[in-house]
Amino acid sequence: MSETANADAPPGPRHGPAPAPPRPRRRRSSDTAADGLFHVLAAGAGYLVLGILLAAALSMLWGGRKAFATFGLHFFTSTQWDAVAQKFGAVVPIYGTVVSSTIAIIIAVPISLGIAIFLTEIAPRWLRVPVGTAIELLAAIPSIIYGMWGLFVFVPFMATYIQPWLIAHLGPLPAFGALFRGAPIGIGMLTAGIILAIMIIPFITAVMRDVFLAVPNGLKDGCIAMGSTTWEVIRHVVLPYTRSAVIGAIFLGLGRALGETMAVTFVLGNTHDLKLSLLEPGNSIAATLANEFTEADSDMYLSSLIALGFVLFLVTLVTLAIAKLLLLTVDQRKLQRR
Amino acid sequence: MLGLRTRRQIANRAMVGLSMLATAVGLFWLGWIMLTTLRYGLGALSTRLFTQMTPPPGSEGGLLNAFYGSFVMVLIAIVLGTPIGVLAGTFLAEYHRQTRTGAVIRFVNDILLSAPSIVIGLFVYELLIRRIGHFSGWGGGIALAIIMLPVIVRTTDEMLQLLPANLREAAFALGIPRWKVVSAVLYRAASAGILTGVLLAVARISGETAPLLFTALNNQYWSSSPNGPLANVPVVIFQFAMSPYDSWHELAWAGAFIVTMFVLALAVTSRALLAKGKRGQ
Repeated sequence: MSETANADAPPGPRHGPAPAPPRPRRRRSSDTAADGLFHVLAAGAGYLVLGILLAAALSMLWGGRKAFATFGLHFFTSTQWDAVAQKFGAVVPIYGTVVSSTIAIIIAVPISLGIAIFLTEIAPRWLRVPVGTAIELLAAIPSIIYGMWGLFVFVPFMATYIQPWLIAHLGPLPAFGALFRGAPIGIGMLTAGIILAIMIIPFITAVMRDVFLAVPNGLKDGCIAMGSTTWEVIRHVVLPYTRSAVIGAIFLGLGRALGETMAVTFVLGNTHDLKLSLLEPGNSIAATLANEFTEADSDMYLSSLIALGFVLFLVTLVTLAIAKLLLLTVDQRKLQRR
Repeated sequence: MLGLRTRRQIANRAMVGLSMLATAVGLFWLGWIMLTTLRYGLGALSTRLFTQMTPPPGSEGGLLNAFYGSFVMVLIAIVLGTPIGVLAGTFLAEYHRQTRTGAVIRFVNDILLSAPSIVIGLFVYELLIRRIGHFSGWGGGIALAIIMLPVIVRTTDEMLQLLPANLREAAFALGIPRWKVVSAVLYRAASAGILTGVLLAVARISGETAPLLFTALNNQYWSSSPNGPLANVPVVIFQFAMSPYDSWHELAWAGAFIVTMFVLALAVTSRALLAKGKRGQ
């Protein structure tokens, strides 16, 4: 019925000539006001999203100003974290965040890539939805559950089976072996990195799967018609076509890993000593915040913790922004964005 | 020396095999974590959970105050987050579909979507808790609302964009003002999708722990008012699991089991709704 009315009409409301003058005019002025109000409300909500990001960054910079002013750049070069002496340096938590996230990325990227390839190119059609959903459910499990599982199940498993083997076989190696020395107590960077990897696999997989699905079928069909195997199609068509988006997916996973709190707090050990070995307890920015915030009994302590939060926020924002920019390169309209 | 064909076949088989292995590894973790939660959680279930308060160390008790506190804070988050999120999504889909402003807000919203939740907790601490001088359930609710917001904004934006243009044009052709077109026609048509977004967001905040550590904290006793510190399931799980007491561990597992089942049920339901809605378009 309405097709004839809008064949060439520009989108937007059209106030046609009114047949009965008095009533429509009154209605129109009140409608204009209501429309204006609705626009303002919607705009307010829309800009609030921008405001929250900005306000969050500024409020933490403000909260951490005392630490930044007192310690200056020393905050980023000192390993000392001493609540009694009121001396705070962020090297140990920053190092822990970087190392545990790096381990997570090293483990999660190949596995996610494999799952995404399986879900888009290999699995029979009937298997794709159930397996894809199962992997997505990994992302729905609250991080505190990962933490509890890590503490009560995975830490004893690491201490009994994995870590003694690593210490015996990799520990004696020169240089590289220093990463795998110490007592097999289960907690530490390596355990935290593995749990982080499990947590970010679903995020990286979902993005990779979506970008793989955006590869035009014509390209793949052409490659198959030339006699390529499945792997050759992936290697020479799918991966080159989606390269920047795949890197974007990795950065997205990294952004998640950097800020993850509860899962690593349980298994990192919360010590402020800088240790090279991945089997020794350590700390991360998020774990320090979760463990020590309620114990912070002085202004300087609290300010240092908030300053740590500011550093974390800034680093994750930059990482996630890089991820989004890389992902924008693949035509967004073709993607089912998560 | 193998022939070229054989080498290509071997490489193909190897890579296909590796990708299947990767999938098996992913499913293995899911299975292991679920089995652990089931094993410890089912054993710790009892009716006491819903009738008694969190106990002092070493004695028996339940999680009633924690369930109530979590419920109150999630409710505050829904009441605050849903209207703002839906309006912001409307702003993007109806007023800024192709504009630079729209692109910037979408970009920032996507970053907020993945931003660490612990930082949101710190933000609300700076904004509110420090000013009023004590931990508060309102702060917890606001922090959870901020975490919900980007999920709702994004689903609303997507769902409104999915609606057929005819619908909008037909309504405008009748001379209906824009706000009425949006609220009476478009919201109704996209209601299933928007509801899905809210459900997904609730699933996301139900297990959130880190932001509550700085806002609501915990409360060992019954407190019906969100004006003070409020007990909540995730923080209770955290504190009890870190403790050395077996009876507390058991309660933590029971809480973990219930939260996990709740969140997974929500996630599965909303996914089913979403799939149905998208097929229907």
